[in-house]
Amino acid sequence: MCGRILADLGADVVKVEPRGGEADRLRPPFVGDVENSERSIPWLAANVNKRGVTCDLGSSEGRALFARLATKARIVVESFPPGRFGELGLNELLRDAIVVSITPYGQSGPLARVPASDLEVTAASGSLWLAGEEGRPPVRTAQPQSPYWSGMYGALGALVALQSPVAQRVDVSAQAAMATVHPPATLWWDIAREEHRRTGPFLLGRSNVGSRFRNLWACADGYVSFAIQGGPIGRHTGRMLAEWMAERGTVPAVIAAIDWERFDNTRLTQAEVDELEAAIAPFLLSLTKAEFFDTVVRRKMLGYPVGDASDSLADPQLRARDFWQMLSPAEGLAPLPFPGGFALFDGQRPAVRRPAPRVGQHNAEIYREAGVAPDELARLRAAGVV
Amino acid sequence: MTEIATRPSPRTHPGALGGIRVVEMGFAAAGPLVGKYLANFGAEVIRLESRLAADVFRTTYPPFKDGVVGPDRAAMFAFYNDGKRSATLNLKNPNGVALARALIRTADVFVESFTPGTVARLGLGAETLRADNPGLIVLSSCNQGQTGPHAFHPGYGSQLSALAGFVQLLGETDSTPVLLYGPYIDYVAVGYGAIALLAALERRKRTAVGCTIDLSQYEAGLQFLTPTILEFAANGRIPGRAGNADAVAAPHGVYRCAGLDRWVALSVWADGEWRALRALMGIDGPSTAAARRLGRVELDERISKWTASRDRDLVVKLLRSEGIHAAPVLSISELFTDSQLAHRAMWPAVTHPTIGEMRLMAPPFRLSATPSVQERPGPTLGADNDHVFGEILGLSLDERRTLERDGVFE
Repeated sequence: MCGRILADLGADVVKVEPRGGEADRLRPPFVGDVENSERSIPWLAANVNKRGVTCDLGSSEGRALFARLATKARIVVESFPPGRFGELGLNELLRDAIVVSITPYGQSGPLARVPASDLEVTAASGSLWLAGEEGRPPVRTAQPQSPYWSGMYGALGALVALQSPVAQRVDVSAQAAMATVHPPATLWWDIAREEHRRTGPFLLGRSNVGSRFRNLWACADGYVSFAIQGGPIGRHTGRMLAEWMAERGTVPAVIAAIDWERFDNTRLTQAEVDELEAAIAPFLLSLTKAEFFDTVVRRKMLGYPVGDASDSLADPQLRARDFWQMLSPAEGLAPLPFPGGFALFDGQRPAVRRPAPRVGQHNAEIYREAGVAPDELARLRAAGVV
Repeated sequence: MTEIATRPSPRTHPGALGGIRVVEMGFAAAGPLVGKYLANFGAEVIRLESRLAADVFRTTYPPFKDGVVGPDRAAMFAFYNDGKRSATLNLKNPNGVALARALIRTADVFVESFTPGTVARLGLGAETLRADNPGLIVLSSCNQGQTGPHAFHPGYGSQLSALAGFVQLLGETDSTPVLLYGPYIDYVAVGYGAIALLAALERRKRTAVGCTIDLSQYEAGLQFLTPTILEFAANGRIPGRAGNADAVAAPHGVYRCAGLDRWVALSVWADGEWRALRALMGIDGPSTAAARRLGRVELDERISKWTASRDRDLVVKLLRSEGIHAAPVLSISELFTDSQLAHRAMWPAVTHPTIGEMRLMAPPFRLSATPSVQERPGPTLGADNDHVFGEILGLSLDERRTLERDGVFE
C-alpha cells in the first residue's frame, strides 16, 4: 500500500517479487471467483499503477541484480521480518536510499521478531478493545485495516525523509499505526483515568457527566448514523429534527420541550439522554436510508446513512467529482471502478492508470533500463534468478 | 556517501522539515493533526485562531482540567496540536485579514479545514494567497470536498465513517453494526493530507510552483475500502460484517480469558500452526483450512473453553512459544505500559502550563537520522502573538498595542 500511494502520486514504482510471484497474489476474494495470481482483489487494490519484476533475493546473483535496480531508487520499501534485509546485505547496498521498513511491531524492541497478522496488531494497539458489544468479544473490521494504515504511514514517513538531506531508515510499526486511530481514548485515560471500552453503537467522550449517546439506529431498510449533539451545528440539527417530526406527524413532548438555543448535550444525565433517544428511535425507524440522506443534506443536519459498497458507487457526490476510475484489472477482464486518486491537485485527480503487473511482466524493460544486457538477462532467466 | 545514521539525541538536528513554515486555520481533528505531524518533524506550524470563535476542541469537547471548561484547560486541544505556535486574529476585522495574509505570504504551506468557500469569503482564498506567494501550497481538507452537491453538508468524522462503509463492516453477523469508537475516517484523511502536501513540496523543488490541494475526507477514507468496492463491482456481493472471521486463516478470533474483560487474539495460517495449537490445547478439529473455516463456530467454542480459565498473558506466551500468531487484546490503559510501545517512545510526556503533566502521541513511523521531537503540548491561546506579529511580521510594540486596542488580536 505504501508503494501504491507513491505510485498514485506519479512515482515510478517497481514491485520486486520472488519467482512465481508473491504469496499475497492468492489472497481471496478473486475477480469472478476464479482463483489465480492475477485476480486477487486485495492484491489488485494494493498494486495498480506499479510495474513489476521478479528477482530471487535468495541467490547472490539475484541480490546483485536487485542492487543494480535499487541503487537507482530514491526510496526502497521492504516488509521482511526485522533483520532479514540486513542479513541479505541489502542495507550496505542501499546507503543512499531512504529505506522504509514496514513490520508488525517495528525493527527493534521486545516484540520485533514476534509474528503477527492484522488481528494481532489490532489487538495490541487498543483499537480492537474499543470495537464491539459489551459482553461479547471485541471485533475487527472485516476489511483488514492495518495494512492500509501501515502503508499510509510508510508513504508519509518516506516523504518526510525526502525533505531531509540525509538518507535514512523509516521504521513503521503496524501496532503503533493502529494505536493512532483512537486518540481521544488514550487521552481520557491519561488525563481523567477513564478507561473507555467498547460500547456497540454508542459514542463516548461527548459528555462532562459520563453519559453516552447512541450513534447507530435501525431505519426502515438498514441503519443510519445520527446523534444528539451540541455546538452550533448540533443544535441546528436538533431544531431541524423537531421541525421534520412536526411535518411528518407529531413531535414527542420531550423533544418539543427543548430550547435548542441553550441546549447543552454535555450536561445531560444518562436518564435524560435515554428518554430523548427513546422518543427519536421510532421516527428514524420509519425512514429509509435514502429519505434520511436526502433530508439531512437538504436541512444541513448532522447525520448519514450507514453505507456499503453499493451505496458508495451510487453516491451523487462521488460521481459529481469523477471519483471512480474504470480500469480492467487484467487482460480480458471487464473494467472495474477503482477509487480514484485521494485528492485533487490543482483540480487534477491522479489517475488509476495502469493495471497491477503480471508476475515478471516488466522484467525485460526494467532490467534493460537498469543496464542489464539482453544476453545477460537470458542467462539469469535460465539460471532461475528472474 | 551518506551513512545510514543511528538515532541522535533530540535537539541535535533541525528536523527533516526544518525551515518549512506552515500556517493553519481549522478546528477539531482532521485539519489540525496534519500540522501536528509536520511540527513533530521540525516544521514551524503557526495556528491562527480567534478568541471569538475558538476551536471546539478548546470550548466543547471534554476532558477539561478539573472538569472546568476553558480554552487553555482543554486536553483535546493540547493533545492534537503539540509542537505548534498559536497566534490570535479577529478575521472579521480587515486588519486581522491583512495580517493573516501577510503571514501566509511568508509561509510554505497553508492548511485550512473549514466549510468550502469560508476562507475565500474572508479574502484568504487559494487564488489570492498564491498570487501573493506563487510557491505556496494550500491544503483544504473537508468532509466531502470543495465541489459537488454535498460540498456544503456539515459532518463529523464518526458519522462520515458510517457513510463510507467502515461501520457496515464491523460487528457480529447476528447483530447490529457497531462504531469504530471515534472519527476514524478523519485520521485516514490526516495521513493523506500530509502526504499530499509533502508531495507538493517535493514537486516545488523542481518547478518552484505551489499547489492547491482539495482533500475530501470521504474520498480519502474510501481508499482503505478499495477491495470491498471491487468485490461488489466484480462479483455482485456486498461485503458486510463478519465477526472476527477471516477469508484465509482458521481459527481466527478473539477468545475470553480468566478475569474481567480479558481476551486473547489468535490466528492460524498454516497446517503446522494448527497441529501445534491442537496439541497445546488438546482439542480436535479438521486438518484442512477449508474445513476449519466451515466449522469455525464449533472450533471457536473449543478454543474458548481452553482459554476461559487461563491467564491471558500466559496464553499469549504459550501460543507464541509454539510459533502461533497471538496477542493480548490490550485495554487503553495498558497501552501506556506495553513494553513494545514504550520501546518506541509512543507516548512522550510533556508539561502543560495549566493541565500539568500529560502524554502526547508519537508518529507511528520512526526516522533514524532526523527523528520526531515532541517537547511542547498544544499552545495556549495566543501564546505566540509576540513572536508571530513582532518577530515574523516586524510590527513594533506600539503598532501591536494599537491593533490590540482595536480588537484585531481577539
